[in-house]
Amino acid sequence: MSILVDDSTRVVVQGITGRAGSFHARACLDYGTRIVAGVTPGRGGQKLDERVPIFDSVAEAKQATGCNASLIFVPASGAADAILEAAASDIDLIVCITEGIPTLDMVRVRRCLEDKKTRLIGPNCPGVITPGQCKIGIMPGYIHQPGPVGIVSRSGTLTYEAVWQLSQRGIGQSSCVGIGGDPVHGLGLQEVVEMFDRDPATKAILVIGEIGGCEEQDAATFWKTSSRKPTAAFLAGATAPAGRRMGHAGAVITGAAGTVEAKIAAFDKVGISVILSPAEIGEAISKVMAAAVS
Amino acid sequence: MNLFEYQARGLLGRYGLPIPPGDVATRPEEARQIAEGLSKGPFVVKAQILAGGRGKGHFRSGFAGGVHLCSYPAEVEEVARAMLGGVLVTAQTGPEGRPVNKVLVAEAPQISRELYLAILIDRGRRRSVVVGSAQGGVDIEEVARESPGEIHRIWVDPQVGFWPYQARTLAACMGLCGSLLPQTADLIVRLYRFFCECDASLAEINPLAVIENEKIAVIDAKIGLDENALFRHPEVATYRNEVVEDGREAEALKAGLNYVGLSGEIGCMVNGAGLAMATMDILHRYGGEPANFLDVGGGADQNQVTKAFGILMADPKVRAIFVHIFGGIMRCDVIARGIVEAVTHTKPKVPIVVRLQGTNFEEGKAILHQSGLPIRTADDLADAAQKAVAAAAETR
Repeated sequence: MSILVDDSTRVVVQGITGRAGSFHARACLDYGTRIVAGVTPGRGGQKLDERVPIFDSVAEAKQATGCNASLIFVPASGAADAILEAAASDIDLIVCITEGIPTLDMVRVRRCLEDKKTRLIGPNCPGVITPGQCKIGIMPGYIHQPGPVGIVSRSGTLTYEAVWQLSQRGIGQSSCVGIGGDPVHGLGLQEVVEMFDRDPATKAILVIGEIGGCEEQDAATFWKTSSRKPTAAFLAGATAPAGRRMGHAGAVITGAAGTVEAKIAAFDKVGISVILSPAEIGEAISKVMAAAVS
Repeated sequence: MNLFEYQARGLLGRYGLPIPPGDVATRPEEARQIAEGLSKGPFVVKAQILAGGRGKGHFRSGFAGGVHLCSYPAEVEEVARAMLGGVLVTAQTGPEGRPVNKVLVAEAPQISRELYLAILIDRGRRRSVVVGSAQGGVDIEEVARESPGEIHRIWVDPQVGFWPYQARTLAACMGLCGSLLPQTADLIVRLYRFFCECDASLAEINPLAVIENEKIAVIDAKIGLDENALFRHPEVATYRNEVVEDGREAEALKAGLNYVGLSGEIGCMVNGAGLAMATMDILHRYGGEPANFLDVGGGADQNQVTKAFGILMADPKVRAIFVHIFGGIMRCDVIARGIVEAVTHTKPKVPIVVRLQGTNFEEGKAILHQSGLPIRTADDLADAAQKAVAAAAETR
């Protein structure tokens, strides 16, 4: 078991003939992901590396291959359109890697998704991986190993650091989900924590949050009422100045709820273990898991 | 990207919002000429910085206040002379303050009532929200705390849009009636049109004021634009260079680097925004202070590493450089070669601490060692941060 993706997930890559699209499609194939189709309008009928058929549209790709997940590398000006195209074909899971999509485009995309069962991860995210089964994203696959810890994060390389620390200690991961660094995006921290909570393979949860918004508080509220799984959290940006965008479009403190202090307080209040140093993520997860066993 | 008040006035003026006439000046004489060209006093002179609290701020020179009312053009010139070239410190700028290179000179109408109006993105509900209050001219977060019932919000369904009846509803909640009601509703509709058409992230009018003859007017405006959408707004993209107040940030912008200047002494170069923030945080934990946030990106190449070194070394406050890279797709041996190349070329005069982790990190470390360059390395994040803090301390 795992969440969102497993070895039966059939993936279409939108923007497969672009530089990033082809590079990462190959890396996912090498990891063992079932990349069954690619989409680039105007390149229908061709193939990537003689093995992945390319179509002009997601609808055609779905009809021909039965793909149920999409991985998007379309540039920012056309990425919202690509998400909507995948949603129009009722693709179950859309993972959008693209960084730099205008926020008001994402507001409209989210409104359209309200009426659908399609789930969106990202944009501006590393994607999702279920170690040993399926990687839909740009994370380095080999640092992961199968195991009991579910990771949900607003960051990319900081998540790799956390995974590294866990794997070095021999602690594997059930699934790792990078929800993305934009202010308006798909699945939130709380929704992914809920999925991990229901997933029997996940025995502990690691939340990696950062400044801006109040998703951490929402996740904390859910956890208090519904979750019994040991959980730890790290929050980046304690030293970030207010009002400045720290790389991620969504990493900006615009109100009291956006500060690391407020988020730590929310986690503390419900009893989620807060990790104060990014060097101690692996150790903290070992501790919460040991405490749960004893 | 936040705009200066004078830029915000220019943009809102294009959408027909009522704004008291005025213009921006870079010289005291120019400020006087603007006042002479306006129909009547009193006039207001406002220092143009990207921070609030200007009225209660003070200049390094001792001159009090970044917003002044003047009766005569000669007085306008005098006040402008005191402000221009000065450094204004307010509750929001930090002790270092911000340089004042421009002042806004405008007519200052009689104000009988101050209101609040804003449009922003509600991240939780994933929609735009139009916010109005009868309590204007004050800190809105304080109003939200003290009297939340005084704040009225209308969330906009993006599939339906924002309609005049909603604007009238909000204006009525703000306590407006008579001829002020349709005037304000029209203003709100125009502000919403601006917000969508220009891809704003924030449009805040505080105060929105009732002035002489039962007219409504924009007295101060704060506008934030979505940087992600600048590609489709060439007309405002040029503002970007004007709004950078920090010289280091201006250089970084030219080099295409994601950089935020801070006041510490450890220059940081990190790949990924979250890891870059976490790196700042851990330096702070060990008693160090970062000089900057710098994300060279997940796919940083040698060229970017070289550029980033240039920016860090040009900062006179930097006493040590901390390079922290988690190699994912980008291999550590490639990054290490970039670092060796950059250090050989730029010859930094401060110690350099490097932590490479992830793909091929051992090869990366070997390349750094074999280069014979004075580069200190560390495997563990805590160890690396401590080394960086110690390196900065020893050059003090």
